[in-house]
Amino acid sequence: MTLLQILFYVMGFIAVASAIYVAATKNLVRCVFMFFITLFALAGLYVLALADFVAITQIVIYVGGILVLILFAFMLSGKENLNIIQQQGSRLMNLSTLPALVLAVLFFVLMVNMMGKIDADNLDWIKSSIQNGNVITPDANVTDNIGINLMTRYLLPFEAISILLMVALVGAAHLSRKERTA
Amino acid sequence: MISLTDFLVVSAALFCIGLYMIVSKHNAIQILIGIELMLNAAILNLVAFGKYDKLNNSGQIFALFAIVLAAATTAVALAIILNVYRRYKTIDPGEVNRLKD
Repeated sequence: MTLLQILFYVMGFIAVASAIYVAATKNLVRCVFMFFITLFALAGLYVLALADFVAITQIVIYVGGILVLILFAFMLSGKENLNIIQQQGSRLMNLSTLPALVLAVLFFVLMVNMMGKIDADNLDWIKSSIQNGNVITPDANVTDNIGINLMTRYLLPFEAISILLMVALVGAAHLSRKERTA
Repeated sequence: MISLTDFLVVSAALFCIGLYMIVSKHNAIQILIGIELMLNAAILNLVAFGKYDKLNNSGQIFALFAIVLAAATTAVALAIILNVYRRYKTIDPGEVNRLKD
């Protein structure tokens, strides 16, 4: 077992364990802050998949942007939420989450089963890309290549997403303004 | 060398945890966190397979697009949640059962 694999298993364990904690905890603040840990562990997994630029983007946008937004909305939506959540800590709550638990576990079993059937490491296009040397190696200069590709090959999706981002921001600003007489 | 199946199993686990949160939680913000978990599972798959495309970087670039889209959806969803809270004084999706007048 190489160092890389040990790092992968540690990161994967941290990601999954903190995600389980996020799902299981009754405390909303703790839930949001454990989600930080999940996102950082996922960024580590991206680095292990040799995608450093995506990992940095993940930290900047998710941890810096989305989580702060979630915390902000959570602070604004009042402390009744905390009371509601703590009231639901009874045994009835456990019974009502049983169907969701069964659904999630069955879905996981299904997906793992399918992965055994697909055998992702021996797919045709992956084999041919290994043969052609089209695999990212740890010393490759990926970020330069991403920048060039973004401005040439993927220019149309890039522009489309920039328009969509602007529309979404204008829509969010419109939705969250105080309404006068409607 | 980390095999692709390992990445797929981790991402399947994250996806199922997100699914569980979406189905079982009574708080719109926690449901939103569940959606983010599912999106992150999908991005992890994109990145893991993107390792085998050095020339075009398709996996990594679409992972970037997915992250930006997630940011946009979160902003809109949180604006909607704040509006719902202002109108109903709760953000439990099960309690929101009236249309606008």
